[in-house]
Amino acid sequence: MIRIVSFFMDLIDIPMRHAQRYLRGHSIAWVFLFPNLVLFGLFAFLPILLNVAYAFTGTDNIMLWDRTYVAGENFAALTACSNYLDANSCELDLFWRSVHNTLLFIVLQVGIMVGVSLVTALILNRRIRARGFFRSVFFFPVLLSPVVVALIWKWILQRNGLMNAGLEQLGLERVVWMLDRNWAFAWSVFLSVWAHMGFYTLILLAGLQAIPRDVYDAATMDAAKPFRTFYRITLPLLMPTMLVVMVLALIKGVQTFDEVYAFTGGGPGSATTLIIQYIYETGFAGAPRLFGLASAASIILALVLAALTFLQLKFTRRNADG
Amino acid sequence: MAKAIDFLTRTRGHGKLHWTDWFTYAYLLFGILLMFGPVVWLVMSSFKTDAELDRFPPRFLPYAAQTVELEGYSKPLPLYKVVSGELAGETVAQVRRIGLTSQVVRLDAPDQIVKIGLKDREPIERISIATENYTNLFSKFDFLRFFWNSTFITVVATVIMLIVNSMAAFALAKYKFSGRAAVMAMVIGVLMIPQTVVLVPLFIVTKELGMLDSLWGVIVPGAATPTGIFLLRQYMLTIPDEILDAARMDKASEWKIYWRIVLPLSAPAIAVLAILAIMWRWNDFLWPLIALSRSDNFTLQLALNSFQGEMTTQWSSLLAMTVLTLLPVALVFAFLQKYIATGIASTGGK
Amino acid sequence: MADLRLKNVTKSYGAVEVIKGVDLEVAHGEFCVFVGPSGCGKSTLLKMISGLESITSGDLYIGDDQVNEVAAAERGLAMVFQSYALYPHMNVRQNLSFGLENLKTPKPVIEEKINAAAKMLQIDELMDRRPRDLSGGQRQRVAIGRAVVREPRIFLFDEPLSNLDAELRVDMRSEIAQLHRQLGNTMIYVTHDQVEAMTMADKIAVLRSGLVEQYGKPLDLFNDPANIFVAGFIGSPKMNFIQGELQGNRLLLKNGESIELPEARFHLKDGAKVTLGIRPNDIAPGSDATHGLNANIKSVEQLGGDSYIYAVSDMGDNITVHRPGQVNVSVGDKLLLEVDVDTTHLFDTETGLTLRKNRTGNTSEASAQ
Repeated sequence: MIRIVSFFMDLIDIPMRHAQRYLRGHSIAWVFLFPNLVLFGLFAFLPILLNVAYAFTGTDNIMLWDRTYVAGENFAALTACSNYLDANSCELDLFWRSVHNTLLFIVLQVGIMVGVSLVTALILNRRIRARGFFRSVFFFPVLLSPVVVALIWKWILQRNGLMNAGLEQLGLERVVWMLDRNWAFAWSVFLSVWAHMGFYTLILLAGLQAIPRDVYDAATMDAAKPFRTFYRITLPLLMPTMLVVMVLALIKGVQTFDEVYAFTGGGPGSATTLIIQYIYETGFAGAPRLFGLASAASIILALVLAALTFLQLKFTRRNADG
Repeated sequence: MAKAIDFLTRTRGHGKLHWTDWFTYAYLLFGILLMFGPVVWLVMSSFKTDAELDRFPPRFLPYAAQTVELEGYSKPLPLYKVVSGELAGETVAQVRRIGLTSQVVRLDAPDQIVKIGLKDREPIERISIATENYTNLFSKFDFLRFFWNSTFITVVATVIMLIVNSMAAFALAKYKFSGRAAVMAMVIGVLMIPQTVVLVPLFIVTKELGMLDSLWGVIVPGAATPTGIFLLRQYMLTIPDEILDAARMDKASEWKIYWRIVLPLSAPAIAVLAILAIMWRWNDFLWPLIALSRSDNFTLQLALNSFQGEMTTQWSSLLAMTVLTLLPVALVFAFLQKYIATGIASTGGK
Repeated sequence: MADLRLKNVTKSYGAVEVIKGVDLEVAHGEFCVFVGPSGCGKSTLLKMISGLESITSGDLYIGDDQVNEVAAAERGLAMVFQSYALYPHMNVRQNLSFGLENLKTPKPVIEEKINAAAKMLQIDELMDRRPRDLSGGQRQRVAIGRAVVREPRIFLFDEPLSNLDAELRVDMRSEIAQLHRQLGNTMIYVTHDQVEAMTMADKIAVLRSGLVEQYGKPLDLFNDPANIFVAGFIGSPKMNFIQGELQGNRLLLKNGESIELPEARFHLKDGAKVTLGIRPNDIAPGSDATHGLNANIKSVEQLGGDSYIYAVSDMGDNITVHRPGQVNVSVGDKLLLEVDVDTTHLFDTETGLTLRKNRTGNTSEASAQ
């Protein structure tokens, strides 16, 4: 095996040696970058340009040259609302419903996620036995695929499922969770927190462990009470990490699709349809395929994400600087 | 047991347990239940027969009715214990059920049908593992095909990604060429454009390259990741330049320096990235959903998702399939837990 | 025949010029040391010779060939790095053989060369170990071994001893010197430690901010430094410097004292600003006021066999005195220090150049190389 790889690599070495001779000094770097840049070009940069082109053209033709220029029509359609808070007043009510759903979803999800992750990280940061084990307990679901997560909880929440059995045990009525708009939404938020909190816990735990022991010792010498220590020392020192976690959670929250789609399919009705699902269904699942509209919605989303990513890089860098 | 509790509750500092210690352990216990519980429940359920899956309230262990083969009946008959009436105490086999009465036969007289009330009998059950849930996956569904598709995509995409990204990371970490800052800016740019926001054009580019509805259409578009470049570059920066210079003095070509010196020395970072890539690819959903349309090409995730629509009532197969889908991830996790945690913490996810 | 020749070689990073025109010849078999304070460009110069850094202008010859554009690997040189730069993932044997494999040397030959080098450097016991399992001295030997097996025309050493502790450094110093005698190759050795330079070199090049200040045999540099910088850099403890004005053949100090120099050797006008350089060996407590100056003793180090007196003159100059044996002075004493005027050096204060003896005409011009 090693021999085969070795032979293959030596084979590549022949043209590379020639390249090295012609490209003086450090220009050889471009040869190493080439495959990656081709992939980035084809599957990241070209799509951005195309995305703009599609957003400003209409008809359901897939080839760009068959499409007609419609200027800002797609954007106009997306934003045609008499009242942005009421999706029914919009021309594309489903889009606005998905925007509202997404906003509510990330507010709840990020809030709960950061809270739960912080508590968990604080607890894991205490002097406990088997910290490694408990850390992986909370981390484990992060590795599960969204579809698996969705099915696990769907099975528990089905009409004859474990959750309803628990309710009956407590003397309560059974609930058909997936057919109730509010319950379906609430469980979607829960499921996504369940699946991802381990990841944020891990980051916060690393942040907590980076706080030097001496600071706590100094606080003890200053006779600070535990809660005071938390508010005046732990929380301020953890704030940079918290910011990173919050922005990361926002970035991922906005892009939530897989687990909720597999869990509810966007229903009941459109109660749990999020923005990515709207783009997916507009561009790919529906007929006719409205590429222009999907692209326009993508661009709006991309701008939001770019802003958030910029924030994240800024916070991360500030963290790294000290 | 007392020892176990003692072990778990022992604090490292002071001898006595504060209320916060109790809270801590209560929280952790609840955590285990909430995080592992659903998965354990899934695995348990996947071994249950359809009848047992329909049962409410559900039971933890997989039970199945005991059956007996009797002469004159084509199917095995379920066994019941009669609790009241004239046959009380006897074991009978039920032939059929009509309304509130049950037609049963004694085991020693299989041709004499007796009618008893439903309430007069109790099923005889034993723990039994419904392995047919799993074997059906192979016989009735094309499970192996989906498994192969997922595996192929995961392995090939990971290998391509490791090679392509490590080459780029090497160039960005070890050469001072004009344009390096521009390339770094491009990489950050790509970081800001997740796949989710360029779905339409990505679909069109893939289609134009003739890769739509083929496994390559899933592999290639995501083969180069900015995260991979960042992770590997960061690590390669820690390799002293003097080692590269030494290799140059040893007449190694630049390519040889890359694969004989830098690549082996970056093994820890490569391992972390490989694990991450495997997880991303194995669990990937949205892009395969768009790029693959023939069910022949479906990955496990797509198959799972599409079957949950088709087989709303057939939980038995669906649960078994879910278990098999999460199994590889669980195994990877069990063995490489430490790498995964550090890897994910260092990249900040995808 | 010169093995290595540099002709007006320069190096710039953008607008910053770090090597400002170096001319140098190293004869075959010579042990040449580049010495200078940190940041003087000595390592850069070495890397330019090795081919790892490009040459901005000028010519570099190895043997008869101009090699400016020849890649590092093709120049037939071998280098020992400051951090050793051993390949961490290869064992000692693989470290030694990697370069030979790249040269497509046949296996048995590689084996033979490695074993010979290992024996010579006494690392044959360590062949299967990884670098991280070796001590500093052992790593150093492996690094040298890696260079030796290549049988290079010229060995390059980039501060190879700076990561070792003092004792080991002395040992390795003599080992490298012995290696040089044994192999007879040309060696170029970079260090910031003038003791290393003095003890090992056939020739020393003293560098300062990208220029060679002086190039010559160690004792020539010591006895006849070209300028105040070389005089101060070579020799330990450092040369003492006293500034004054020339008045006939007397050096007039600021406080009115004067030191009488042997004869009017310096054809300079009265009132010329000069600096007198006195080695610590050439000054001692005495009684002859014509060649002496007054000083206060700040501290005394009595090592038994040698004594060092650290004093401050009335003008505030620090003066170090080295005497063999033991001295009978103590801190706080005021005493007359008598200068052995025949061995002193005189420098032009403004240009820093040595004012040479027994010359006619304009003597302030001294050759730097």
